[in-house]
Amino acid sequence: MVLVKNGQVASDYWQHIEDTDPLPQAGAVTISWARWLSERDSITRGPSELGVRLPNTIAADDVGADAGRFGLITVTYPNIGDGRAYSQARILRSRAAFKGEIRAIGSVVRDQLQFMQRCGIDAFELPEKALTEDWLAALSEFDLFYQPAEDSRPWIARQRHGRN
Amino acid sequence: MYRYDEFDRRFLEERVAQYRDQVRRRLIGQLTEEEFRPLRLRNGLYLQLHAYMYRIAIPYGTLSPAQLRMLAYIARKYDRGYGHFTTRQNIQFNWIKLEESPDIMADLASVEMHSIQTSGNCIRNTTSDPFAGVADDEIEDPRPYCEIIRQWSTLHPEFSWLPRKFKIAVSASAKDRAAVHVHDIGLYLVRNAAGEVGFQVLVGGGLGRTPIMAKVLRDFLPKQDLLSYLEAALRVYNEYGRRDNIYKARIKILVQALGIDKMRDAVEAEWSKMDHEPLDLTKETIAGIYKHFAPPAYGKPERDDDAVINTAIAADKKFSRWLKHNVANHKQPGYSIATVSLKPPGKPPGDITADQLDLLAELSERHGFGEVRVTHEQNVVFPDVRRGDLVAFYASLASSGLGTANIGLASDIIACPGLDYCSLANARSIPIAERLGEHLAAREEEIGPMKIKISGCINACGHHHVGHIGILGVDKNGEEFYQITVGGSADELSAVGIIVGRAVPSDEVNGAVDKLLDVYLAQRDDGEDLPATFRRIGMEPFKEAVYGTR
Repeated sequence: MVLVKNGQVASDYWQHIEDTDPLPQAGAVTISWARWLSERDSITRGPSELGVRLPNTIAADDVGADAGRFGLITVTYPNIGDGRAYSQARILRSRAAFKGEIRAIGSVVRDQLQFMQRCGIDAFELPEKALTEDWLAALSEFDLFYQPAEDSRPWIARQRHGRN
Repeated sequence: MYRYDEFDRRFLEERVAQYRDQVRRRLIGQLTEEEFRPLRLRNGLYLQLHAYMYRIAIPYGTLSPAQLRMLAYIARKYDRGYGHFTTRQNIQFNWIKLEESPDIMADLASVEMHSIQTSGNCIRNTTSDPFAGVADDEIEDPRPYCEIIRQWSTLHPEFSWLPRKFKIAVSASAKDRAAVHVHDIGLYLVRNAAGEVGFQVLVGGGLGRTPIMAKVLRDFLPKQDLLSYLEAALRVYNEYGRRDNIYKARIKILVQALGIDKMRDAVEAEWSKMDHEPLDLTKETIAGIYKHFAPPAYGKPERDDDAVINTAIAADKKFSRWLKHNVANHKQPGYSIATVSLKPPGKPPGDITADQLDLLAELSERHGFGEVRVTHEQNVVFPDVRRGDLVAFYASLASSGLGTANIGLASDIIACPGLDYCSLANARSIPIAERLGEHLAAREEEIGPMKIKISGCINACGHHHVGHIGILGVDKNGEEFYQITVGGSADELSAVGIIVGRAVPSDEVNGAVDKLLDVYLAQRDDGEDLPATFRRIGMEPFKEAVYGTR
């Protein structure tokens, strides 16, 4: 796995803890959404040390007020065609006002990276075989967009009227 | 019509470059076919039985002369000299090479056309009334809203990987010429009690193996809210539409499962939580798009228009027939809407040759303001023909095999490409349409308005469910059979046709249709179309005519 964050290859300092394993005393960890629901009251870690892995079947609005507890939320792409995580990411950014890292995991496809990025996803787990430089180029294949999204880029209807 | 600005042009250049690179990666083996497939589909490239098929979007059906000529060029250079207009205002070329497809896309971009989202589980080409802007029964021109939807939906980052394809149609007339009820979202421009124009929003229509008519999601949506509301509906679908079964994945199944009231609650709840402001259509945005669709500089009616036409009617029965069936009223005095039939007897419905495309381009400049519309019924509309020019216009068409006078009649058959081309089909559609059209031409004048629609499989691209008479190809142990339905309708009184009885072999289709038509002619009241007669008298007489008494 190659982690790309904010457009650059990055090292992953998060440990992804299985439900059957105990949480380490210190360090940044992610846990499953199910574990969060059952252990939330006993977890005392701050957001810089706590992330959650969100299945794509959970309504992102359910994260709601909890979003501030997390420094990382992973969203899942089971395959190229399952686009639920795009909506989840947008809702996390726009409604839960989540400012931490949103990381795409699962079947992350080069030609979808810019869609993901526009929906507010700022980190990607690329497959080992990915030609990283070529994949990073996918993030800037388009610089014109027909609709607003969760990135801060201008969109065409506004640009036409001289507004950003 | 809408003309691209610098933004549209640069955007399309970026898309062509992206696609060219995707094809390159496929050809050098960096992408497997499985990885490449969803990417090519989102650019309209299918792998069919014999070759790649390339589907090009014709947004709300409008084409300029330069675009028609480019399609002719593509037909000659990359295909076998002809194309095929589909039932959703697209055109398809059937004999394409993968290596050449990026060049075709670049050629299209040079005339402000593309193939973006003509396939794949994303928002497809937005379709509309082919008489938009010139119909005499229109509340407001629907095309600007189609263009607004086209732009918003193009490479939408959230809605490009939906559970299934998503089709939107917009109409603004009392008479529905856009089959709005069979779309995932249908929009009617309507006026509310306060006299404001907005949208009635329908949801969950569709054909395929589960034909369902759309239901009202919202009675009145102010114009400025169009995109935010669509975004709310699409988001509900993206999150909750089924993804476990391709045949249950359209939004119609979600609406059916939830019920329209719960669906409405879900969309309204999402809409109320969304930040609308970025998507609000400002007056200046709407006006900016609207000016592309300003009426052309119409001339005054000529005093001798009627004399010219009346002389021709008296002298030429063929012209008189064409005038009766292919020409409709225009909102501007002195002008007519003329429909060119692509259903000549014995030819594949919707096919058009490169030479005919060139001719239409020339005629659109001579008899109009350089614009034609393709229809979901696979014909071509000339929206602005001067009444006094109709005789000359018809003469040009007739001399090129385009003078068939059958619009809305029994031989104006809709058909999908069927097993002659399509990898999904169970049976052929085109030869059935050719033979049936030829057979019925002799009596279609007596029959009057009649919609016959043929699909080569249950995916229903030929809209057979909503044909007055529908014909569906089925496979029975390797043999092609045809199941016949009656009573369907795609207009404002939309209905799904009912199966008459067991499927018949191909050589019995003409006979069975004849018997259904005999019942209709014998039983109809004045002014009744077949669905109306069917509603009144029921299935029994039709069934008995075809299969005998039990």
